[in-house]
Formats: sequence, structure tokens, C-alpha cells
Amino acid sequence: MALLEIRNLCAGIAGKQILKGINLSINTGEVHAIMGPNGSGKSTLSQVLAGRKTFEVTSGEVIYNGLNLLELEPEERAHEGIFLAFQYPVEIPGVNNTYFLKAAYNEVRKHRGEPEVDAMDFLALVKEKMKLLHIQQDLMNRPLNEGFSGGEKKRNEIFQMAVLDPKLAILDETDSGLDIDALRDVADGVNKLRRPDNAALVITHYQRLLNYIVPDFVHVLLNGCIVKSGGKELALELEEKGYDWLAGQPRV
Amino acid sequence: MTTTTSPTKPGPADVQAQLAAFGAFEKDGARRFPAWVTELRRTGIARFAALGFPTPRLEDWKYTNVAPISQLPFKPAVKPSLVALTATDVARFAFAGLGGSRLVFVNGHFTPKLSTISKLSRGVKLGSLAAAMDSDSDLVKQHLGRYASANDQAFRALNVAFFADGALIYVPKGVVVEEPVHLLFIGSADEDGTAAHPRNLIVAEAGSQIKVIESYVSVGSAAGFTNAVTEIAVGEGANVEHCKFQNERPDAFHIATIQSSLARDSRFTSHSISVGAQIARHDINTVMTGEGVECVLNGLYVASDSQLVDHHMIVDHAQPRCASHEFFHGILGGASRGVFNGKIFVRPGAQQTDAKQTNRNLLLTDDATVDTKPQLEIFADDVKCTHGATVGRLDEDAIFYLRSRGIAHNAARRMLTQAFASNILARIGIEPVRKQLDEFLQSRLGAEIRAVEG
Repeated sequence: MALLEIRNLCAGIAGKQILKGINLSINTGEVHAIMGPNGSGKSTLSQVLAGRKTFEVTSGEVIYNGLNLLELEPEERAHEGIFLAFQYPVEIPGVNNTYFLKAAYNEVRKHRGEPEVDAMDFLALVKEKMKLLHIQQDLMNRPLNEGFSGGEKKRNEIFQMAVLDPKLAILDETDSGLDIDALRDVADGVNKLRRPDNAALVITHYQRLLNYIVPDFVHVLLNGCIVKSGGKELALELEEKGYDWLAGQPRV
Repeated sequence: MTTTTSPTKPGPADVQAQLAAFGAFEKDGARRFPAWVTELRRTGIARFAALGFPTPRLEDWKYTNVAPISQLPFKPAVKPSLVALTATDVARFAFAGLGGSRLVFVNGHFTPKLSTISKLSRGVKLGSLAAAMDSDSDLVKQHLGRYASANDQAFRALNVAFFADGALIYVPKGVVVEEPVHLLFIGSADEDGTAAHPRNLIVAEAGSQIKVIESYVSVGSAAGFTNAVTEIAVGEGANVEHCKFQNERPDAFHIATIQSSLARDSRFTSHSISVGAQIARHDINTVMTGEGVECVLNGLYVASDSQLVDHHMIVDHAQPRCASHEFFHGILGGASRGVFNGKIFVRPGAQQTDAKQTNRNLLLTDDATVDTKPQLEIFADDVKCTHGATVGRLDEDAIFYLRSRGIAHNAARRMLTQAFASNILARIGIEPVRKQLDEFLQSRLGAEIRAVEG
């Protein structure tokens, strides 16, 4: 059985339909990429999967690891192993980065029936993951995302992902606003976290990121529908031809 | 000082009651003070009689109706409470790990047996203002009432008329007082209407440094009225940090002025943390009397149920090249009300003034309200003045971000609310005080959030 099964998902905001019947199946051990132009519904899909209530699901269902995902609160989805790396990570002044992450980590552990870790053990874990993402210590002592550069924010997202160790990671335009070094670090981090028992959904505008995070499947999202699916070579084709040639395609 | 007249002019009943109380006070408690103080008091009561209690028709009292104060049978606490407090009663109001001197005042009266005064540097004076009016008469006379004007505000006039005691802190030229001084004011009202009028005088001479904590708490069985005035004279190049914590019982009334006068190249940092009382009104006024002053006023107010908390600031840039920064955060739950009014004057010739004012308010409920008003009056052209005020709810994007990481809705709300408070508390430079207030606010705000969630 697939880790994530999206069936005919329709969702919108304030009466405006954005997702118009998405079907997608992701198995463990797979990396799927969703590509599409601005306004095609990529970010809406990621927010709906993470539980953002701003978007109303009008029909369809999402089965995740045997659970009816749409019935779960955002924090319950996180406990079950879903992680969304935000396109625009929120700046939260006054909440210390390490304090926040320890609280989140212990919530996830609590749900798994594991004991909470103390500050010492957590620090050891953090140190290890910091190396992976080339995160500087001072970033950990600062308020969450406050005053972080674009690159620091994205590194911090993947760093959180490394600590929380999700089953399904959703990366929403993680490459946007990154210089080449940061992009490489972030992709490196994601690749090191790839395992046969987890999966990733990489949402991107450009093919560039997929040179570093090589997907098993590529899907094209256009006007709220997946209009084409293929292997990693589809990304190259899109890079070359753009999205226009797919406009008339029937949905998959 | 003007010649005193007998305050016999008839006025409203609430004013008459205060005049009668003053008559009794003159016959009894006020006798032990020197003649010049008696004169000062008479100008105070005369001024009060002329002003009367403020009404919401006055711009400065538009949102704060003090009728509940004026209508109660307030009796000046001429003597300290009859209930004997022990060191154990007082210990819970101390700041753990603070060290240094702690002066305890019960209903505005210095209480030596509950106080500790640590070894002081040469020339530093620290103790009861009432005692100092005899022992250091010249010093007190030189400063008392010189900074906080009783002319334009009835409660300050009332304080001048009725003050019994308070703290005198004097730091001579160039002396650095390492350990912070804690002034602890305990309201111990056993009948409604007990009024304390504490009066504090802090004089930091040129090049000196001191940190002072002024906290207000309640014991006893009835609501009291605190009407405090603190005057702070900061000399040339001196550095004073003042931290006030108002945590009186929720049915108490608290009106206070902190007036500072800042000489050339001095630094003054003020923190006003206000969480208690039914009506709390803080006037925090500061005048730059020389160039190159750096003044920071921080504030955090938290209110719930039907509490009202009001901060009125006047920052008077009377001289050029001074900087003032005001950072105030309010967290309002229940049907509480917050008031923020920040006046900044930039006087003619006060060029290169850098004045910044920020007031942010977090409303936890639909019934909570806040009135926030910046007032800038600028009479110089080469200045930088900015102000900003916000009133809003917790940021839904931030809540979702935290929840998406596994933090429950309530916990996320609590975390963000506490962070909003910590932003201000983090500015307190007296670590044990910052830490303890942070812990106190964590628990108080946790309770607020639980109350909102039902």
C-alpha cells in the first residue's frame, strides 16, 4: 500500500477552486517532484497536505499511512511523520530556535511513545544534524527565523526536517531564493535523509533543484490538475520547452 | 514655592473628603515632619483642591475613569499596618539571587525590621525618605518635588499632600553601586480604602551608576489605593536602570508617576511591568536637560477580566543630540482595557533628536480593547522621529508554522504569547529580575491562554 494516496482532491479558498481533482500515489523509498508554473496550485497542495485550514477541501480524500489525513489536525499530521518545508518560513521573534525545536522534537517523541529527551541528549543530536546542513551555532541561539537570510531560513527548514526525521517530507519551493552553495547544501541534506522507509514530495518551479535531488517521478501541475507524469527526464523536457505545450493536455 | 493658603474652598464631595483627611493628617501624622515639608504639603492639598479628581473630559484621562477611586472612602495610611508581617511573609516577594539591599515599605512606611541594607560604598545614602528629611534635610529639600510637577496632575498633588515615606537613594559623583537596590512596597490594607502615598527620590550624581527595582505587591484582606511618585535625577554621564513591577491584588487601585530628569551624556533605562490592580495608571515622564542623553523606556502590560492598565509617557527632548526609544507591549484578555499614550516633544533647537516609539498590542479575546495614541510635537527640523502602533491577534501563519512541527494549538498560542512578553523582558539588564519576571509571566500567560480556550 502506498504511503500517500491522493484521490480526486479538490480544494479552494473563498469559493475559488484551486485544486481540481488531484490524483497521486507515493510509495516509501520514492521521491516525487511536482513542477508547474505560478498559480498552478503547487503551494496549495502542500498547504492542504500539511493541514492549513485557510484552504477548504471540497471533495476527494487523502490516505496517508492508512489514516484519513484530512481528518487530522496539523500537529497530528506532524506527529504521524508529515513535514512541510515552507516556501516562506515564518519569523517568530522571541521564540528561541533551539527551544522551539526541542519542544517540537519531544512532541513527536511523545506521540511515538518514546521518552522526552533532556537538554544534553538533544544538544548532541542537534550538533550532528548541524554539521549535515552547515548550520552555524549562532543560528541556533537566535529567535526562530528572525532576521535570517533567505538561505539561512531554507537551511533551517531542512535542518528541522533532519531533526524531526519525517516519513513524508514535502518541500515547497525550497530552492527559491537560494544561491548555488546553499542549494547544494540543502539538496545534500535532503539526499542524506533519503531512505527506503521514507518518501519526499519536492515542489519546484525550476528544474535546477532536480539536478541535485534526483526524483523517481516528475508530475506537471497545471491549473489545478496533474496533466503529465513521467520519469526524471520529464523535468529536462520542461526546462527546454516550458509549460505551454502541455496546456491542452487532458488531466492524468 | 508659592505662599500657602488654607484649603477651605468648598468642592465636590470627593475633594471634601480628601480635605477632611488632610486636616486629620495635619493634626496627627504630619506633625513629625519639618516645617518646610508642612508647607509643601499645603501647596499640594491646595493644588489638589483646585484640580479635583480628573474626569474623562480631560484629554489625559479620556480612557481612564478614576471615579471608582474618587468615590471610595480612602483613608491615608498614616501609620503602617497593624498586622505584623514577618520576614517569611516578605520572602516570596523577593527576587531570588538578587542580593544587595532590600528596603521594605508597608503601606508606604519604611519597615526596618523587614529590610536589609548591605554594605554601601562611601557616601551612598539609602534609606527612609522621612528620616532623611531630618538627617539630610538640605539634600532632600534640594530635589524633592523639583522634577515631578504637582501643578498639573491631581494625583501628584495628592501625593505631595499625603506622602508619609518612601526611599531616598543618593549616589555620589563617580560611584558605581554594583548590587541592585530593591524597593518593595507592600500594600497591607485591612479595610477598603486604605491609601498609601509612597514618595521616592533617587539622585545619581555625575558619572555614577545604579540599578533600582521598585515592586508593588499586596497582602491583607482589602483593596487598597497606592498613589506613588518617584523622582529620578540622573547626573552628567550617569547611568541609571529602573525596573518597576506592579503586581497589586486585582481589586486594588494603583496610580503612579515616575519622573526623570536626565543631564548631559547620561543614560536612563526604565522598565514598567504592570500586571496587577483593577485600575493601574502609570505616568512615565522624562526630560533631557543636556545633550547626548540616551533614554530607553520599556513596558509590558498584561490585563485580564475587567482590569484597566494605562501608560502615559512624556519624553521631552529639550536639548539636541538625544536619543529616546520606547518599546511597549500589551497583552489583553477577558474584558480588559489597555491605554497607551506616548507624547514626544522636540523643543526648538533640539536638533539631531532621535526618537522612536513602538507600541504593540495583542488582544486575546473579542471583549478586550486598547486605545493607543502617539503624540509627536516637533519644533526642530533636523530630527528623526518614528512611531508605530499595532493592535491585533496572534499571527495565524505563526500558529500554523508551530503546529506543522507537532506543537499543539494551545501550546503554540502560549509559546507565541510568551514570546511577545519576552521581547520586552529580555531588555531588563538585571538578570535575576528578568528571569523571575519571565517565569512569572510564563505562568500568568499560560493561565490566560487556558481561560481563552475554555
